[in-house]
This record gives sequence, structure tokens and C-alpha cells, in this order.
Amino acid sequence: MTSTSAPLREVKARRTFTQNAWRTLKTAPLSAWFGIVVIILYALAAIFAPFIAPHGEAEVIGKAYMPSSEISLLGTDQIGRDIFSRLIYGARNTIGIALITTLFSFVIGGSLGVLAALKRGWLDQGVSRVVDAFLAIPVLIFALMLLAVVGKSVINLIVILALLDATRVFRLARAVALNSVVMDYVESARLRGEGTGWIVFREVVPNILPPLITEFGLRFCFVFLTIAALSFLGVGIQPPTADWGSMVAENKTLINFPAQYFPYIRTPFYPAGAIALLTVAVNFVVDWFLHKTSGLREG
Amino acid sequence: MHPVLRTVLQRLGLGIITLFAVSIIIFSSLQMLPGGYAQNILGQGATPETVAAFNKELGLDRPSYVRYGEWISNAVRGDFGNSYSGTGGSLKRSVSEVIGPRLYNTFFLAAMAAVIAVPLALALGILAALYRNSLYDRIVNAVTLTTIATPEFFIAYLLVFFFALKLKWFPTLSTVSNSTGFFEHLHRAALPALTMTLVIIAHMMRMTRASIINLLASPYIEMAQLKGLSKGQVILKHALPNAWAPIATVIAFNLAYLVVGVVVVEVVFVYPGIGQMMVDSVSSRDMPVVQACALIFAATYITLNLLADIVAIITNPRLLHPK
Repeated sequence: MTSTSAPLREVKARRTFTQNAWRTLKTAPLSAWFGIVVIILYALAAIFAPFIAPHGEAEVIGKAYMPSSEISLLGTDQIGRDIFSRLIYGARNTIGIALITTLFSFVIGGSLGVLAALKRGWLDQGVSRVVDAFLAIPVLIFALMLLAVVGKSVINLIVILALLDATRVFRLARAVALNSVVMDYVESARLRGEGTGWIVFREVVPNILPPLITEFGLRFCFVFLTIAALSFLGVGIQPPTADWGSMVAENKTLINFPAQYFPYIRTPFYPAGAIALLTVAVNFVVDWFLHKTSGLREG
Repeated sequence: MHPVLRTVLQRLGLGIITLFAVSIIIFSSLQMLPGGYAQNILGQGATPETVAAFNKELGLDRPSYVRYGEWISNAVRGDFGNSYSGTGGSLKRSVSEVIGPRLYNTFFLAAMAAVIAVPLALALGILAALYRNSLYDRIVNAVTLTTIATPEFFIAYLLVFFFALKLKWFPTLSTVSNSTGFFEHLHRAALPALTMTLVIIAHMMRMTRASIINLLASPYIEMAQLKGLSKGQVILKHALPNAWAPIATVIAFNLAYLVVGVVVVEVVFVYPGIGQMMVDSVSSRDMPVVQACALIFAATYITLNLLADIVAIITNPRLLHPK
């Protein structure tokens, strides 16, 4: 045998990232596909809101409670604003605020959780005990109380929900990181003399990413629903900002009209349906992802 | 001491400590504002004299630990002080007086939802676990996932649309007062109770299904099946004794979830409970009422979770029959 002999078989070119992603997507069930399509549509609506919406966010285009017509696809609301345009701007505001809040809560809760798992000792004990006390109060109740103290505004809403949600993220991040910090690669990184930052972000976080991503989807849904509930209760996002939760609240009196006035009654259903559709879509995708990462893992 | 008793006592002690910590968090939330509550309410233009007078009127000028001691010792006796609305006037209202009847209404609603939801959810969940991966299981999985992901008010409005507007079985608003009779109360609270039932059935069913499947996968169940026992015997004699703990946890956890759901549902149906009251007080920043409601909600939540833990401990065969 000489080294010049031809290779036994052709080495296949490595699949690119897009090819891999496509292969994975092809095996996704129908519900996951439905979820992905819905999420993309929502994202497009949120990003290109000013180009899609026929009218302005707070623009009064006619009389109140107009039925649908050429100038207004879904009719007008209680002070004559176009409901369709407000729905599209609502995508931007409602989803944007929920996304920012979830990101903050993951940055705070996630890094604290991994750090606590890594350092143990008094830091872990201290933060864990405080978090335990916070976990004993339902988020909605706590958020309501804090909003009463600091007053209602979007910034307050984001800060309060991000902090409350971070306690939940902390718990998960700490639990999954505990399994990772005892691994040899962390030990060897320590012996190499790497700093805490390197160990957290280059060693531990990449290895606990799948459960964290799943959790991100679920936490996003939870935050999104909590913000919608708070806005519905009148203490979340304030008018005239278009937001789905408050749009339901603004039009909720219509529901008490007799059933033959259906064109009016359906008004609160649009924003409520928009909320429901997005959370269902995200849940479908997360459910599939969860199934995929927990079950058979192909490299 | 019997190990079960010791564990239960430990858990009770931990629950009391948690409750204490939570009451401190709730109380001190008022202290967190930079510049203080008075400055924040009265605005930047308030003179130091007005702020001092405002603080004195609400009793906020005394040190916080004194006020906490007073607040908590009165609270455990059911006295939550006076509401800020109408302070100084002749309309001084005690928080307990305002909360009392509403608390009854809220528990009425929650109990109603629980009575419908618990048996239904357990039965459906166990069925889904026994016939898993069947068509029934898949449909149930998709439906419950959808219900969980849907905001309570959306479900509420759908129910209003069909049962109140189309079929006219129930009123759209659940206005009840002291003079409302028991059966009338049941009728008026039907739609809010049904809304909460739908929301928690989904959670409860999924959790029941997961815990039963988990149980059926254990080696001793496989052993019992391999021995040739009938399906009924396997479930009654081998699975059930170990299933009480997860089932109790599922029930208590979901009853605790009712505590949160009740706030939104009460507002939708204008039902006079403490959830609606808390939301109103948040808008008017009436802190004694908000704190009282938050404490009641948190205490209920903690107690239910504690109950779940204790049931799980005392039904645990390994603890009951120590070696």
C-alpha cells in the first residue's frame, strides 16, 4: 500500500448552515411550520409597520365605530381611528416591548444564574434565597403592586417585568449550569487560567443553550401575555400608543351590544385574536424545538 | 420523631419564613421610591411643608420598622388600616370593611371553577396518559396548548359571545350584591367560572398526563405488567399509590394559578371581587388596599403550594414506611 493510492471514497462537501437548517425544517411537523410562518408574518408587520399601515397610529380618519369600507379595512374604533392600522402598529409596540423585556430578563437572570452555579458559596446562597422569596408571589400580582408604587409608564413596566422575570430565568439558568460547571472542560479552562467571563460565556453558556432558547420562547410568551393582561387592566401600555391589550380594553363595552350588531361586537376580537395567534404560534415552535432537543440529537 | 412528621414540620416552618419574607417585600415596596411616596404623588412642585403634612396624615413620618410591626400585627388580626381614598374626610373607610364581602365573592368564584375543573381535568389527563399517542391524545394536546397560550380575556369574550349573546343562557356582566341569592349567584358567576375552568383545565390536564406517563414508565410498573397482572390491577395496586403525590401537586399548583387568573376574569365580567378591587386601587395608587390585596393573594398562593408539598410528603410511600 502506498500513500498515493486513491481515497476509498469521495469526501462529501460539508453541508452549509442553510442546508442544515433546511434539512431540519423539512422534518418539522405541520404545527411547527404553521408557527414559523405566523411568527415571520408578525415580524414583517412589526418591522414594516409604517409602510403597511394605510393610516397613522393615532390618526382620526372619520366618525367613531364606522363599519369596514374602502378607506378602512376593519372599520374605526371608539374615537374614529383605523383599527387595521392600529393593529399593525400594535404588533410593533406590543411585541417590541415584550421582546426587550425578555432580553433584559435573560441578560440579568441568565448571567446571574450561571455565575451563581460557578461560584457557589455566599453569592449563590444569597441570591437564591432572595429569588425564592420572589418566586412565592405571582408575577401579575407583584407587577400590579409595583406599578401602583412607581406609577404607570412603559419604562417602569419594562424594568419591573424584566426584574420579576429574571428571578424565574435565574432558577433555570442556575439549575442547568450546575450540570455544566462540574464538567472537565470547565475544569481545564480554569487550569488554563481563563477569567470568569470566558468561562461563563465561552464554556458554560454554549453548552446550556438549547434549554435556554426553549425557555426564551416560553418566557417571551409569558411576558407578552402579562403585558397584554396589564394593558387590558389599564395599567400597562398607555394610550394613544397602539397596543393590543389596551385595544381590547378600549372596545370591551361593545361586547354588551345585542348579537345582531355583530360588526361592532367583533372589534375587541381582532386585537385579542392577534395576541392569541402569536402565543399559540410561538408555543408550537417551542414544543417542536423541545421535542427535538430533548429526544434524538443528531450532531 | 417519625420522619414524615419531621419533614412536614420543616416544610411548615419554611412556609412561615417565606410568608414573612414576602410580607416584608410587599411592605417595603412602598419605601423603594427615590424621594419617597409623598413626593412622587404630590409632584416636583410640592413644598417640604406639604410633603411633611402629607406624610404625617398617612403616618409615613415614623420609622419603617415601627410601621411594619404595626402593619403586620394588625394584618394577622384582619385589620389592614384605612384606605387612602377619603383620608382626612368624613368618609374614612377601613380596608377590611371594603375587602370583606369582595373576598367572599372571589373565593366563591374560585371554588366554583375548582369544583368543575379538578375532576374533569384529572379524568381527561389520566385518559390521555393511558391512551397516549392516540388520536384523542393528539387532539387534546393541540387544544390544551392553544388554550394555555390564549389570554384569559380572549377566552372570556368568546364565551360571552356564544353563551351570553347568541344563546342568552347567562348574563354578559356578573353583577352580584349582598342581596343576591345563592343560586342566582351561581348563575351570574357561571361565565367567569367557566373561563377560569377552561384555562386551568388545560394546565392541569397536561401536568396530570405528564406525571402519569412518567409513573407508568417506572420499572416496577413494567415488572407488574410482565408478571401478567391485569391493566386494572396494575393501575389500582401499583400506579395509584405513587400517583397521589403528583396529582395533589398538580391540583394545588393549579388552584394557586387561579389566584392570578381571577384578577383578569373579574375585570372582564365586572365581578365584584378583590381582583377587580386591586386593579382599581392600583390606578388610584391607594397603597393600603393594594398591599392588603397583594398580601392576601400571596398568602393564598403560598398556602396552596405548601399544601401541595405536604400532601406529597405524607403520601410518599418511601417516607411512610421507613426502613
